[in-house]
Amino acid sequence: MKTEFFKILTNEKIAKDVYKMTLQGDCQGIACGQFVNIAIEGLYLRRPISVCEVSGDVLTLIYKVVGKGTEAMSYMTHGKLLHLLTGLGNGYDLSQSGQRPLLIGGGVGVPPMYQLAKELRALDKEVTVILGFNKEEEIFYAKEFEALGAKVYVATVDGSVGEKGFVTDVMKKLPDYTYVYTCGPEPMLKAVYNESKTSGQFSFEERMGCGFGACMGCSCKTKYGNKRICKEGPVLTKEEIIW
Amino acid sequence: MVNTKVTLSGLTLDNPIIPASGTFGYGYEFAELYDINILGSFSFKGTTLEPRFGNPTPRIAETPMGMINAVGLQNPGVDKVISEELPKMREVFHKPVVANISGFCIEEYVECCKKIDKEDCVGIIEINISCPNVHGGGMALGTSPEMAAEITRAVKAVTTKPVYIKLTPNVTNIVPIAKAVEEAGADGISLCNTFLGMRIDLKTRKPVIANKMGGFSGPAIFPSALRLVYLVYEAVDIPIIGIGGVSSAEDVIEMMLAGATAVQVGAANLVDPFACKNIIEELPAVMEKYGITDLNDIIGGAH
Repeated sequence: MKTEFFKILTNEKIAKDVYKMTLQGDCQGIACGQFVNIAIEGLYLRRPISVCEVSGDVLTLIYKVVGKGTEAMSYMTHGKLLHLLTGLGNGYDLSQSGQRPLLIGGGVGVPPMYQLAKELRALDKEVTVILGFNKEEEIFYAKEFEALGAKVYVATVDGSVGEKGFVTDVMKKLPDYTYVYTCGPEPMLKAVYNESKTSGQFSFEERMGCGFGACMGCSCKTKYGNKRICKEGPVLTKEEIIW
Repeated sequence: MVNTKVTLSGLTLDNPIIPASGTFGYGYEFAELYDINILGSFSFKGTTLEPRFGNPTPRIAETPMGMINAVGLQNPGVDKVISEELPKMREVFHKPVVANISGFCIEEYVECCKKIDKEDCVGIIEINISCPNVHGGGMALGTSPEMAAEITRAVKAVTTKPVYIKLTPNVTNIVPIAKAVEEAGADGISLCNTFLGMRIDLKTRKPVIANKMGGFSGPAIFPSALRLVYLVYEAVDIPIIGIGGVSSAEDVIEMMLAGATAVQVGAANLVDPFACKNIIEELPAVMEKYGITDLNDIIGGAH
């Protein structure tokens, strides 16, 4: 964990209620699948946001406006300094991917898949990505994943783009993957858990107090004992999840 | 040069800053960031006789200038705390610590205290009879003077270290409870635990926290906690550790003027892991600003 000030470079709306913020600061030690915890003026608790991309000293976050904190973030502009705790959580373990990893992101579970896809592509893995959204206006980053050289499938619940249905409807048609990495709402994670034919890593969300393991606010039970989503998580392996 | 040293029941602290139980774990998350030996002491995560997972999640809700938690005393149980956590803690913190003990009946407190009393690193045993987040124990034991005194006597009978009783603010009148634990032999009082509170989500129309209610802490409760310290200081002669929303060196001084000999910093650690370090570093300059050369001179100074 580190504490650093980051300067906002850009902050723009990229889909319905979804914003992309780029920040400049010390990104050393930030791993894919981790999150940062952002102090926001006027709000007592920090806001945990997953890391979408790290490139040199530029950190990209994609967040959905769901409450006061993310709403305040959506109004922020270039030049503003934000105080971040970085390097939080365990992140994804890339060594398990095999040659043909399948990455599945749902809604704001999509962003952490991006840095992961980038790093897996750098290792010459054949990356397939399934992105799940409710409808067309919510879709973001499909082209960015394609630009990485990943095979991209989009599923929308209303069928407005790509496969009509859920990410698992696409999954059923893709039997040839070696490992699963996923992040998204819990019902989606559970469906992926049930549908997946290989092992995998699942990134969870929980309401947090501190975000760095001190308050025990986000504990969950696993087959390997109690874990803190913010510290021993947010990524849990398929084998340890209790469902 | 100013003097920041204070003494709690014979234990001299370099400064009065003590991270509060449940907001500092066993210290090592913070030791990654700074040398935590600058702290006066710290109160480690509340310990029970048996291991506890605690309450279902969500356990946390935000409030204006504060937060609500309903963790429910998650801890690995006293045996594992002694065999696994304390050895790791001693690697990063070399001063005597405050051992925070909780339970559901007198026998549990007694058994837990017998074990923790043998640990050399423990300087003070803090008896939590004020946890709002467990049923059938915790706070229920701290709301009557008779029961609070009974626990105090039982724990004092099996311990050699100073015993501080951590009281709940969720009572009609705290003074008789404070007096009762003093008469029962308590060496000091930790004042206070969290205030009961809740939040309701407007979208789901349900409580935010799975346990429905929880303990309210943070700067929002500072004036209320300060008032209790002020009231209890007038009623007892044993030292008080002031707790509740302390977030700055100024808050420390205010708490001490109300009657605290030391203070605990709780929720502030969770939003800024450097909170205690900043307070300790700012304290001498703030003392000078207000013409204080020795912190001991201001304890209860507002009376």
